[in-house]
Amino acid sequence: MLVPMIYLVARAFDADAATLVDVVFRRRNLALLGNTLALTACVLAVTTAVALPLAWLVTRSDLRFRGLHSVLGVLPLAVPGYVMAYALIGLSGYYGFASQLLGIRLPRPEGLWGAALALSLYTFPYLFLNLRAALLGLDPGLEESARCLGRSPWNTFRTVTLPHLVPALLAGWLVIALYVVGDFGVIALMRYEVFSYAIFTQYSAAFDRVYAAWLSLMLMAVTLSFILIEARLRRGRYARTGKGAARPPAPVPLGRLRPLAFAFLTLVHGASLGLPLAVLLYWMARSGASADLLEVARAFWRTALVAVPAATLATGLALPVVYLTVRFPSRLASAVDRLVYLGYAVPPLAFALSMVFFALRAAPFLYQTLALLIFAYAMTFLALAMGPMRSRLLQIGPRLEEVSRSLGYGPWHAFRLATLPLVRRSMLAAGLLVFISVVKELPITFLLAPTGHTTLSMAVFSRTSEGMMAEAAPYALMIVVFSSLFVGLILRYEGRR
Amino acid sequence: MKRFLAGCIALAMSLPVTAVMAQAQELTVYSGRGEALVGPIIAQFERESGVKVNVRYGGTSELATLLTEEGAQSPADVFWAQDGGALGAVAPLFADLPAEVNEGVSAEFRNVNNKWAPTSGRSRTLVYSTERVQEADLPASIADLTNEKYKGRVAWAPTNGSFQAFVTAFRVAHGDDAARQWLEGMIANDAKAYRNNGSQIEAIANGEVDFGLVNNYYLGRYLARDDKFPVAQTHFGAGDIGNLLNVAGAGIVAASDNQEVARQFIDYLLSPKAQQYITTQGNEYPVIPGLIANPTLEPFEELQALSPKVDIDAISDLEGTLELLRQVGLL
Repeated sequence: MLVPMIYLVARAFDADAATLVDVVFRRRNLALLGNTLALTACVLAVTTAVALPLAWLVTRSDLRFRGLHSVLGVLPLAVPGYVMAYALIGLSGYYGFASQLLGIRLPRPEGLWGAALALSLYTFPYLFLNLRAALLGLDPGLEESARCLGRSPWNTFRTVTLPHLVPALLAGWLVIALYVVGDFGVIALMRYEVFSYAIFTQYSAAFDRVYAAWLSLMLMAVTLSFILIEARLRRGRYARTGKGAARPPAPVPLGRLRPLAFAFLTLVHGASLGLPLAVLLYWMARSGASADLLEVARAFWRTALVAVPAATLATGLALPVVYLTVRFPSRLASAVDRLVYLGYAVPPLAFALSMVFFALRAAPFLYQTLALLIFAYAMTFLALAMGPMRSRLLQIGPRLEEVSRSLGYGPWHAFRLATLPLVRRSMLAAGLLVFISVVKELPITFLLAPTGHTTLSMAVFSRTSEGMMAEAAPYALMIVVFSSLFVGLILRYEGRR
Repeated sequence: MKRFLAGCIALAMSLPVTAVMAQAQELTVYSGRGEALVGPIIAQFERESGVKVNVRYGGTSELATLLTEEGAQSPADVFWAQDGGALGAVAPLFADLPAEVNEGVSAEFRNVNNKWAPTSGRSRTLVYSTERVQEADLPASIADLTNEKYKGRVAWAPTNGSFQAFVTAFRVAHGDDAARQWLEGMIANDAKAYRNNGSQIEAIANGEVDFGLVNNYYLGRYLARDDKFPVAQTHFGAGDIGNLLNVAGAGIVAASDNQEVARQFIDYLLSPKAQQYITTQGNEYPVIPGLIANPTLEPFEELQALSPKVDIDAISDLEGTLELLRQVGLL
């Protein structure tokens, strides 16, 4: 994980002093910083406004088809960012629905609000997954006690439930914030200039690895401050202390609010899933189904070949890191923990270039092999895998393990028998997050995949970048369907246990 | 789970090994040109030569950055780039081509140092909305776009390679100060920045802007699918720098231990068969004479009359252009 940083510092100091001062103290950097922070704040606000009510509805209310709504709430993750941006842009514009069906041209979503909306619509599931897991794991006894002591439902939620959701909120916020500062696809389409856009421009248009390295380092400084803030806020005790097993909570009747809940769900699912799917199907219709299905299937297989091992590896590596930081907090453990998040925040292009740099010098035989690609994915997305597992471990608390230790089991046995079965569910969620991200990933795949190993996301990009939306549609649809199947399977498996 | 993981890793490790074991002649191409356009040419080359071609598709600029990072250890044999700027940027990594490779190529496209071979020519053009622009409103020169009349109506793509090549040509033809003045005038006139050529054309159709500065072969793709697409294309007055003639091209990577086959591939790209495909399917100009002209393109003689007299090799100072773009705040 240190490799990208060493690489960036090495590249950053390639420059002579004059250029350096020029590059580091540009006024433009400040503007970029302001834009980046504004965008992050907007996205966090919107995603919370969507994810929190959604998570509550599917875990605590008497809504019907709650399982279905859960699946639909996670699926937007499967939508690649550029498809979501195109979907929003596609509402307006010459070929837009509004223009083709109603004959009116809407203003194009762009700039801050366009970017914030598009990003929010497919990143809110990160928060939703975290919150849902936290709400499911929370002992309803706590809330019931508060109600018994005379608190109103709203007051109980605010003073009892919400504080217990803090680790989940923070984990979700952190992942979303890091995602937002690193995203490029949406930002470019919405024409909003932030750090990641400037970095990409330097590498791509200017072939300038020095300024890009400096911008990357500045971006990582921003990220580091996010990570430190999160770590500072994440304190306190979240495990239940009562004896016995927690009951499932009694569903709260929605009553007169039911229509409101339905309107909310329709809006969320419609905007986050209906819109992009409609756009993809529309492109498909225009292509006249002339796609080479065999080639789509091949791209699908190549994608699975890297995504499944990468998700497994990331989850496997994240478990010990999370376990150490939660159970045996130490300087070293928290340093490793933060390093992992920092790795997630390295701009993907810089990360990929650092892997090229490293592989060619240290292990040329690994260069452009699937093994290196899978390793790079696992390293980048390790942070994603940690959120769900951390929340769960905090909830379980050390007691069960202490009991099994007192019954004579060794530390490893105690972990395997007492804790592992309880975190397994969150490990699945973790693997799922990594898997979906790998399927959509672009810059790392571009630079590190073995030559000729064209994945679904590469196929989509190489067509959309040439303006061939119709030809890209089957591949993009495949990404969504493929990821959705996975989400469905996993949530089903989870439900059965 | 563990067995599964082990299986996956074993599978992953075995793939490159089997690839090496296959002993047929192979060629690795880094292609900044899209798969949809060049895939069929490469497949045809494979059929005719028996060489297996591994293609790494990507953005021209990402691949150029990758080549630079790989240096002498690059596995690439050939780099096929979308624009002359990228070719100039990686020229130090290219092997010299034998002079006869470029012999049949039209003079205006030729690289005198023989570092790379042009594979197609394209022209800078002005695209405009057929709904909101009258013939009389069309500018005679690209310099006119800084007039009040065009305020907020023009799209451009300052980060795009072809645009940057045009700015370099502007500097060569009229001097750095004139180029800076024009850029500042455009910024003051609220020119809207887009990412590439296609997004400018879509923006015109969508009603965001009325004019755009693009390469000649993009609009054809939209018109081929929809003949009522509300965008049209024209040139500026004869000799205007806004009509710059530019190239896409390919070179042999010096680090390649497969120079023979790479040479064979470049020769194929310059063959009449490949060139005919590029002009018919890609709406670009061939770099060799004597082919059937694409009826949707202006005749090449007309284009030559319209184009400014700027030497292709004189527009290699990308560094200076980037510096200028940074100074005016576009990068």
